[in-house]
Amino acid sequence: MLDFSILTEHFPDYMAGFLNTIKASVFALIGSFILGTIIAVMRISKYRVLRAVGAVYVEFIRNIPILIVVLFFFLGLPSLGVRLDGFTAGTLGLTVYTAAFIAEAIRAGIQSVPQGQSEAARSSGMSYMQTMQHVILPQAIKLVIPPLSNQFINLIKNSSVLTIVAGLDLMYFADIISSDTYVTFSTYIFAAAFYLVLTLPLSFAALALEKRLARSA
Amino acid sequence: MDFVGAYSPDNLRFLTEGLKITLYVAAVSIVLSFVFGTIVGTIRYMKVPILSPILAVIVETLRNLPLLLIIFFIQFALPEIGFKFTVTAGVITALTLFEAAMISEIVRAGLTSIPKGQTEAARSSGLGVLQTLIHIVLPQGLRRMVPPLVSQFISLLKDTSLAVIVALAELMHNAQIVMAQNHQYPIPILLLIAVVYFVINYTLSLLSRRLEARTV
Repeated sequence: MLDFSILTEHFPDYMAGFLNTIKASVFALIGSFILGTIIAVMRISKYRVLRAVGAVYVEFIRNIPILIVVLFFFLGLPSLGVRLDGFTAGTLGLTVYTAAFIAEAIRAGIQSVPQGQSEAARSSGMSYMQTMQHVILPQAIKLVIPPLSNQFINLIKNSSVLTIVAGLDLMYFADIISSDTYVTFSTYIFAAAFYLVLTLPLSFAALALEKRLARSA
Repeated sequence: MDFVGAYSPDNLRFLTEGLKITLYVAAVSIVLSFVFGTIVGTIRYMKVPILSPILAVIVETLRNLPLLLIIFFIQFALPEIGFKFTVTAGVITALTLFEAAMISEIVRAGLTSIPKGQTEAARSSGLGVLQTLIHIVLPQGLRRMVPPLVSQFISLLKDTSLAVIVALAELMHNAQIVMAQNHQYPIPILLLIAVVYFVINYTLSLLSRRLEARTV
């Protein structure tokens, strides 16, 4: 039933897509971690405007499909004079979308650090930024790692939407292979295997990490 | 950006047609995936021999694959080995498989969170295994599952937009057709459908918070 010649003959295509999927996911992870941290800090700031902007971002983005965000970069920006290729638009879309989820994870982490910690740091003369950087964030990160690793798995899976904007990811290459060979079943079974090679070990690692952190807490 | 042209009565009517399909597909998939997810989650919680490990492999495989791939696979790869679906049935099947796998994990976690003493007390007062499950564990567990279940249903509603890849005439698909009319349309149309998805999903999440506040 499985046609292994698809895999052997088109291995370079699979690898090209596989590497682009990893690239998009890693870029988006780094980007959404930075953006997510900024939004999380905005959401707990003492300025009402910043809190409101952060809340609107998180609530709006979390409740709309990722495809809308990706299409905004791919179809929407050109009407404003900015033209992006599918890979860039897709990765930016992934970043903006995932940042909303990461912001919530980081906010929950920061708020779980007892208030006394920041009061103690502030009263020993540290500034707000120093307190965040040296006292709060290092403690919060422990609670943030498990949800963050789950977001990374979601990112890898979500990166498949790059296909819809011709973003040269794994599924896009599977599409090329299947229209080349007229073999769809085997082509996509192998594509699925490539995704599982990435996501399954990460899932198990995330679960093990979660258990270990739960025990140490 | 041409808001007036993009929001013409014809376009709005066409998008409403799409929204109906989105809601229909989402509603059917929510019901089906909740039923299957609860069954699978309960079987895995009870560690039914043979069945439980088989389901574990299926659940982990589905959960770790992109939904887009599953939708595409059911529509275009399965016919090669003799399984043909209409587009609507194919999308509902894909959504149900994927979301049921997610929901089964929520159900399993919810049931596992009920203290062992509850089961032991029920069993020692003469209730059978199934009676304990139906009258003691499930009612308590389901209450705890409400928030994660609702956020899974919200995900499902968002995920229906991935059906564009098989050209199901839902909201996102119709939006893409409207956007293709004029290069000044994408931003107004994306904004409009984003607001539509947001209003539906945010209402759902507010309802879930209400429900949660009442049950705790």
